[in-house]
Amino acid sequence: MCTVCGCGEGETTIEGHEHHHHHEEGHSHSHADDHGDHNHDYGQGAAHAHAPGLSQSRMVQIEQDILGKNNQYADANRRFFSEHGILALNLVSSPGSGKTTLLTATVRAMLDQTPVAVIEGDQQTALDADRIRESGAKAVQINTGKGCHLDAHMVGHAIGDLKLQRGSALFIENVGNLVCPSAFDLGEAAKVVILSVTEGADKPLKYPDMFHAASLMILNKTDLLPYVDFDVEACCDYARRINPGIKIIQLSATTGEGMNDWLGWIRANLAIAQIGVCSPAKER
Amino acid sequence: MHEISLCESLLKVIEDSASQQNFSQVKTVWLELGRFSCVEPEAMRFSFDVVMKGTLADGAKLELLELPARVWCQICLKDVEIKQRYDACPYCGDYKLQISGGEEMRIKELEVV
Repeated sequence: MCTVCGCGEGETTIEGHEHHHHHEEGHSHSHADDHGDHNHDYGQGAAHAHAPGLSQSRMVQIEQDILGKNNQYADANRRFFSEHGILALNLVSSPGSGKTTLLTATVRAMLDQTPVAVIEGDQQTALDADRIRESGAKAVQINTGKGCHLDAHMVGHAIGDLKLQRGSALFIENVGNLVCPSAFDLGEAAKVVILSVTEGADKPLKYPDMFHAASLMILNKTDLLPYVDFDVEACCDYARRINPGIKIIQLSATTGEGMNDWLGWIRANLAIAQIGVCSPAKER
Repeated sequence: MHEISLCESLLKVIEDSASQQNFSQVKTVWLELGRFSCVEPEAMRFSFDVVMKGTLADGAKLELLELPARVWCQICLKDVEIKQRYDACPYCGDYKLQISGGEEMRIKELEVV
């Protein structure tokens, strides 16, 4: 497993891969540039005071983001998407919000017009990828083992396996978790956070990082609204407090109500992803 | 959240830096953490000690420098400081805020031998 993510070291598996990946294995990703590093000799005005004379210790300035490596992989993914006119969406939510049901319904609705592919992230099993393949899309499962989120490096491998067509819609279903995936850029065009009406309406306030990182909130399972005590207005207000620009779509993936808004949003963004795609890039 | 994995990324940066800058032991690590960085300082300290064990940073001191969360209020047209993402602007009470700082997770410098 890669040191970018680390959590669940050695336990991440990508369907169809027999071995674990390491950064060093034949990657062309660029590594951290270190031109910012320089030494401070001890006693030459380093920013922090230390008792002098105890050892030959010195200060080394690093100024590097901890997630710098992940961000480099994310940039490589983003560039690939951009060169191929691919819309990549990172779907995040709690477990049980109906992500996979929404995805299978979305795949079925889009597949006759648009190439669709799915990267499924779960701790264990390939059940979700199987469900997606039944609906007709290409899918690859990433099992993160003990890991709590997908990172850009895992996604980069999955992209290679999927052999994506130009102009595809790529849905990345992240591990069900409203905390960790918020900080990990995968190279996606947008994060879409899915909240179902069987959860608490105050989740945007309880998990603000995720709602802040998302461009779109989907309020799922609206067919259950008559049976649950869920204040839609309050929920939307909380989400906008955290993220004033967030778009909100209410739908039921089961009955199909509201699905057209969601499909419209995807198609509009897919159209944007295909504008300005320059000369044909090397196939990956 | 995933402080262990962040510490492993941190260790990788330290190891890369050690081969370039020619040091073999790290005594102190200064880390800048924004208030909105999704890092829990106590979990970070715990993970740091665990992850650094047996490495060139075994026993190193972790110094956390907390950076405040700054937002731009679109009503007051100024930069203000808030404590939580769900806070309103302390001057006008509105929520139309744009985050301008506080999401940093940066390794600032190392004291090395």
